[in-house]
Amino acid sequence: MQTPASLSRISRRVSLQWMLGATAALATPERHLFAADPVTTAKGYGPDPSMVKIYAPGDVWPLTLTDPQRRTTHALCDLILPADDSSPSASAVGVPDFIDEWISSPYPAQVGDRHTILNGLKWIDEESQRRFNKLFADLAIDQQTALCDDIASLKPKPALKKAASFFKRFRDLAAGGYYTTPEGSKAIGYTGNMPSGTFDGPPVEALKHVGLV
Amino acid sequence: MPIITAGQLQKEYDVVIVGSGAGGGQTAYTLTMEGVKVLVMEAGRSFDVSTEVAMLQWPSQAPLRGEKTPDKQYGFHDCSIHSGWEIPGEPYTNAHAEVENQFKWWRQRMMGGRTNHWGRISLRNGPLDFKPRTRWGMGFDWPIGYDDLAPYYDKVEMLVGVFGTNEGLENSPDSSPGVLLPAPKLRVGELYAQKHGRKVDAHIVSIHRAVLTKPQDAEAIPAKLHPDNAKAQRILAESMRTRAPCFWATDCHRGCAIRANYDSQTVHLRPALATGNLDILPNAMAREVTVNKDGKATGITFIDKTTGREGHAKGRVMVLAASSMESVRLLLNSKSNLFPHGIANSSGKVGKYITDSVSSSLSAHIPVFEGMPVHNEDGAGGPHAYVPWTLLAQNRHGGLGFPGGYHLEFTSGRQMPAVNVVSSIDSRAGSASVLYGKKLKEEARRFYGCQLGFGAQGTMVPNDDCYAELDPDLKDQWGIPVLRFHWKWSDFELNQVKHQQTRIRGLLEALGGKVSKAETDPAKAIKQGGTVIHEVGGAIMGADPKTSVTNQWSQTWDVKNLFLADGAPFASTADKNPTLTIMALAWRMADHLLDELKRQNL
Repeated sequence: MQTPASLSRISRRVSLQWMLGATAALATPERHLFAADPVTTAKGYGPDPSMVKIYAPGDVWPLTLTDPQRRTTHALCDLILPADDSSPSASAVGVPDFIDEWISSPYPAQVGDRHTILNGLKWIDEESQRRFNKLFADLAIDQQTALCDDIASLKPKPALKKAASFFKRFRDLAAGGYYTTPEGSKAIGYTGNMPSGTFDGPPVEALKHVGLV
Repeated sequence: MPIITAGQLQKEYDVVIVGSGAGGGQTAYTLTMEGVKVLVMEAGRSFDVSTEVAMLQWPSQAPLRGEKTPDKQYGFHDCSIHSGWEIPGEPYTNAHAEVENQFKWWRQRMMGGRTNHWGRISLRNGPLDFKPRTRWGMGFDWPIGYDDLAPYYDKVEMLVGVFGTNEGLENSPDSSPGVLLPAPKLRVGELYAQKHGRKVDAHIVSIHRAVLTKPQDAEAIPAKLHPDNAKAQRILAESMRTRAPCFWATDCHRGCAIRANYDSQTVHLRPALATGNLDILPNAMAREVTVNKDGKATGITFIDKTTGREGHAKGRVMVLAASSMESVRLLLNSKSNLFPHGIANSSGKVGKYITDSVSSSLSAHIPVFEGMPVHNEDGAGGPHAYVPWTLLAQNRHGGLGFPGGYHLEFTSGRQMPAVNVVSSIDSRAGSASVLYGKKLKEEARRFYGCQLGFGAQGTMVPNDDCYAELDPDLKDQWGIPVLRFHWKWSDFELNQVKHQQTRIRGLLEALGGKVSKAETDPAKAIKQGGTVIHEVGGAIMGADPKTSVTNQWSQTWDVKNLFLADGAPFASTADKNPTLTIMALAWRMADHLLDELKRQNL
């Protein structure tokens, strides 16, 4: 069998996946909330983008979350990564925009996430309406926590399985978006990316920590 | 003489080189410094390392936080453009449907080629690596030995700047005194592994990498490399003075605007251009080596990618350095009445005996690293230490089930966080739920940098089932027939991977590591052929024209003015990364080419 590694095949696959994703989105009953434009026409940055340029979400392809979806995303991001004494909240460093950029991406790896995230956002608002008569973003923190604790279990009840896999994926993306910022990097303990005249090796307290001195 | 367009080609060059990477760059450097008029043809565009590479940008300043995409297959800030396993309009095929019998081919269409993207790991092949058939009864002996190449290893290391230490190990050679730059201090994980690895015979030492840890000695080195050539000395000294030493930040794969690490443009092409003896033609996709009725090569036919038009560059001598497989493709596509099966292919060996490094990896959570005091260990933008192969005595006759050996490279540390930074944190923290909120932030900090892993790179035995040929039907966007690959691991590779996995696991456990998941089936653990991007062979050198494509000078047996300067002439592969050897071999080839030009033998 021959397997030509041609682009046209990838393009066909990408558009097919987009159509499937778009169809799924259209099939949802509450279209006013969740009919984000299918990004069938969005393009990636191509094989030769400027690498030195500073990009923000939305610079290369349009963001597609609706305002209600963005509100829910914002609230969920900050519940997952709240501000504390030493580091900012997720929304303060642009994580909701990153999530939007990610699920709006024309690249194949993100297409599956789009489906998961949009359906999950829908579920979480419906669930909070059902339980508290409010949208998720309008809940008190302890109500948000109660709701998320149910879907944070690594062994969820069968009825919550989909919501749980959404939560895990959303958490991973939110944390990934957070810790890849300068502020997030500092919060996790990465202090590099800083030119220096010398490299002195590990400090003595690090060596002590592992019993090397 | 500068970077030109197809319309500005000289009538004829002394030497036409296809490819601007490690082999093409070294060849151009050596020849132009001696006054030879050279054309370098590059399929990609010009690329300015000093202004185009993203050294200090954060992932949050790139689309998708810099994650890999089909457009940038090693991530957004990786210094590769027009590059990938799959490139639009440039297909290749595989003869077999099963993934394990397929070869993946990385192409890098840009000035400097793949030297823009590599770990700068610069290990010498050892004496045994040149004589595997003598030692283990398999593979092919090179027609040269370590002693033939040793002076060129010294020269290349002085030219490009390589840090490391001399350890006196068997088959992992020392450099001559004064050649290596000082090795950087080891990181805490490397030191910890060095101490505790001893329990399992893992001997951890400084690695050798092409990164300047201090300014090059622009007073002394030029005179050593170019005795009796004042002009070359002056140009090299000036070039060396434009290179700053490492500023101890950023991953080398991003490229180096301060020129602290080696890439072909920084080290080879800039001084070569300064001689006034070099033209570089970018955007030129070589299609064919042309020949005259006497069977001598006359030039290279190419497609000018800016216009789609065909052009021809004439030369007295042709050097193919287009990457092992691209040079093979060029040879096979150069068909004529004299060479119906492709030029320089009377042996039928063009395309045969392709190898890649035998590789697998494994990592573990190291509990003692939890809560490590915060510190910056960016260092020299890549590993500072490695585990050389020191089990030769146990494998004197291949008793381990495979010939040769493998070294281990560290794969982790307190690196710049990527999007997947917390994806396995829940199980690591022993949590029954997906962590979020304050607890997530605490645990992320506690576990950051606790993952330690090793990737193995080992000797593959050349075999009859790993080869490339022309696809009978498919052509690329310029109408050039494409390669079709055949690939098959032998038991030697699978045995080796089994050994790698056991050894790495033992090493990680000696560090107290908890290996989360290990693949026990070597056929699944082995990295797919081509994916280490160490493919060599395809036009192997030998002592006999019947069984090899080139002689010991990488000069084709059939066409005396046609040479190879990439990995294609490797007779057998070693566990060492190939780039340093490609450069040493190219320099040696270029010296011979100069002699033959002087003697008017070409």
